[in-house]
Amino acid sequence: MSTEHTPLWEVFVRARRGLSHTHVGSLHAPDAELALRNARDLYTRRQEGVSIWVVPASAITASSPDEKDAFFDPAADKVYRHPTFYEVPDGVAHL
Amino acid sequence: MYGNDFPAGDAPGGGLLDEVEAAEAALREAAERGRRGATAGEDLAAYFAEVIDADQKIEPRDWMPEAYRKTLIRQIAQHAHSEIIGMQPEGNWISRAPSLKRKAILLAKVQDEAGHGLYLYAAAETLGVSRDELVDLLLSGRQKYSSIFNYPTLTWADVGAIGWLVDGAAIVNQVPLCRCSYGPYARAMIRVCKEESFHQRQGYEILHTLAHGTPAQKAMAQDAVDRWWYPSLAMFGPPDSDSTHSAQSMAWKIKRFSNDELRQRFVDMCVQQAEVLGLTIPDPALRWNDERQAYDYTQPDYDELMRVIKGEGPCNRQRMEHRRRAHAEGAWVREAAAAYAAKQRNKEKVAA
Amino acid sequence: MTGPFDFTLRLGDDALIAAQRLGEWSTRAPEMEEDIALANIALDQLGAARLLLTYAGELEGAGRDEDALAYLRDDREFRNCLLVELPNGDFAVTMAKLLFLSAYQVPLYTALAGCADERLAAIGAKARKESAYHLDHASLWVRRLGDGTEESHRRMQAAVDEVWPYTHELFTPDPAAPVDPATLRADFDATVTAVLDEATLTLPQTSWTPAGGRDGVHTEHLSYLLAEMQVLHRAHPGARW
Repeated sequence: MSTEHTPLWEVFVRARRGLSHTHVGSLHAPDAELALRNARDLYTRRQEGVSIWVVPASAITASSPDEKDAFFDPAADKVYRHPTFYEVPDGVAHL
Repeated sequence: MYGNDFPAGDAPGGGLLDEVEAAEAALREAAERGRRGATAGEDLAAYFAEVIDADQKIEPRDWMPEAYRKTLIRQIAQHAHSEIIGMQPEGNWISRAPSLKRKAILLAKVQDEAGHGLYLYAAAETLGVSRDELVDLLLSGRQKYSSIFNYPTLTWADVGAIGWLVDGAAIVNQVPLCRCSYGPYARAMIRVCKEESFHQRQGYEILHTLAHGTPAQKAMAQDAVDRWWYPSLAMFGPPDSDSTHSAQSMAWKIKRFSNDELRQRFVDMCVQQAEVLGLTIPDPALRWNDERQAYDYTQPDYDELMRVIKGEGPCNRQRMEHRRRAHAEGAWVREAAAAYAAKQRNKEKVAA
Repeated sequence: MTGPFDFTLRLGDDALIAAQRLGEWSTRAPEMEEDIALANIALDQLGAARLLLTYAGELEGAGRDEDALAYLRDDREFRNCLLVELPNGDFAVTMAKLLFLSAYQVPLYTALAGCADERLAAIGAKARKESAYHLDHASLWVRRLGDGTEESHRRMQAAVDEVWPYTHELFTPDPAAPVDPATLRADFDATVTAVLDEATLTLPQTSWTPAGGRDGVHTEHLSYLLAEMQVLHRAHPGARW
């Protein structure tokens, strides 16, 4: 899949009622509809009754806590350098 | 699943999940300890070293030595490639699985491996490399995948042997990676290990059923173990005396045990499991060493490992050709999806 | 006359052969994400097949379980529609097959969920949700391929032209069956027409309506499919796996 054709999406999943959506990872898809379907297949293969959000990674503005950013190599401004990754939902055993 | 046979777990079954959960707890605990007040300051290299020393996680926006970044990109990418290529030997038996239950389990397992490949590509992307670049590196042969997948699956029992031995070796390799110093990789590995807990068990169950079945089935199981044993030992990579990348990776807490330590752990684990199966590990020199409190065993043929890594295993060409063909034949579909998305965006613009 | 056994066997065979074909895509899909999606759909079809074949075996009362029915019948004894046994072709052909199959299975399983037979009703209730997802997935791709590039439009239209004649068999009237397939036609037509319209595709004008699957008269493809699927099981008579 070509990245220029297929932007990166960040995926947020509500594991159960009563919990907020949590970042679970990212994926590539050409549009939102496909991103949502792919997210269902990739990140909720073992769960039922979840709610999923997909957000274009390019739409996320990240804070830069220190001056560290000044030292980043050019890759630092690429969208896929997002802050968190693969939070395993609480209490989901044998995911 | 993933070997260590290119430059880069623990007890299976019950022990595996416990260790993964311990790694996950350690990750949370480290996060809670925080580093309040500790900021990067002027000396970024010192700050990086402090974070590693304190067993805290390096995150994507942190400064990191270029060599650390490169080592991780290579290791995570090769791990991802291994998951994707590793689908083929087992996928070879989906259409012929001998019962509908086995067919369903195998389909789900191969599907999981695709998922693991995607988690890992995404983790590599946090280091500033795109998935396209990584896929190109695989397809052009500039990055490797685990050499174990260059062996053929000749019988159904091979599916069992892959689950027991290959997934078993991969687990021994992967569980320590749940404590890797790079946060996205550690978190991806925790998720992968949890999902893989069923893979090894299903392989073991296949072999157990065969070994307790008809004489022909038992012979099939023994033949598979005979063929997969030494290649599985080779998955841990060259002996420590010849391993080039280990020391730096250990210092950075990317790698936590040496190739030989992990290989020994794997052998010790397998002996008793083989007894329960009623199958023989094809090593006449295998015996308990009371002094070392470990089994003595025959080393795999490392010259063969080097040949397979170089591209001269039984299936290297076939595996690469298969992947290249799938990628090439899918090009028109990916282009269509991109063209459709562009049309929809234009329509939205016109409407707005 | 179709009794509950024949009816259940048809549905089970449709799902089983569809799963076998979809499983062939594993490691070959146009994108890695799609590999996972196709495997999900194959797993759903296989799951439905196992429930249906198990129940068919019970209805028959001859001691055949799901594996005996799947692995120890010859092609003349299979009752699946021809549509599912057709080779996968390119991704467009597979999506055309999936669109037509799921546009048929959604109203079928929905009707089944309300039928008098409790077992069939439970299977229908479970499978209709899965089929709705399959329909959604197929529609999504048919729209993208139909309205994507010139090449994808050409391939998708060719796939629809190739597969469409095989849909007529699905609706052969059978008033005695728990669900009469003829009653599903209007729903199917409405679904398919809407998707194809949106995808800038058209239905072919043809009078050719191949059929025979329900009577065990198949295409040449089925015997090869079964030869591969059954080879190992048949090589070890009576073995457990």
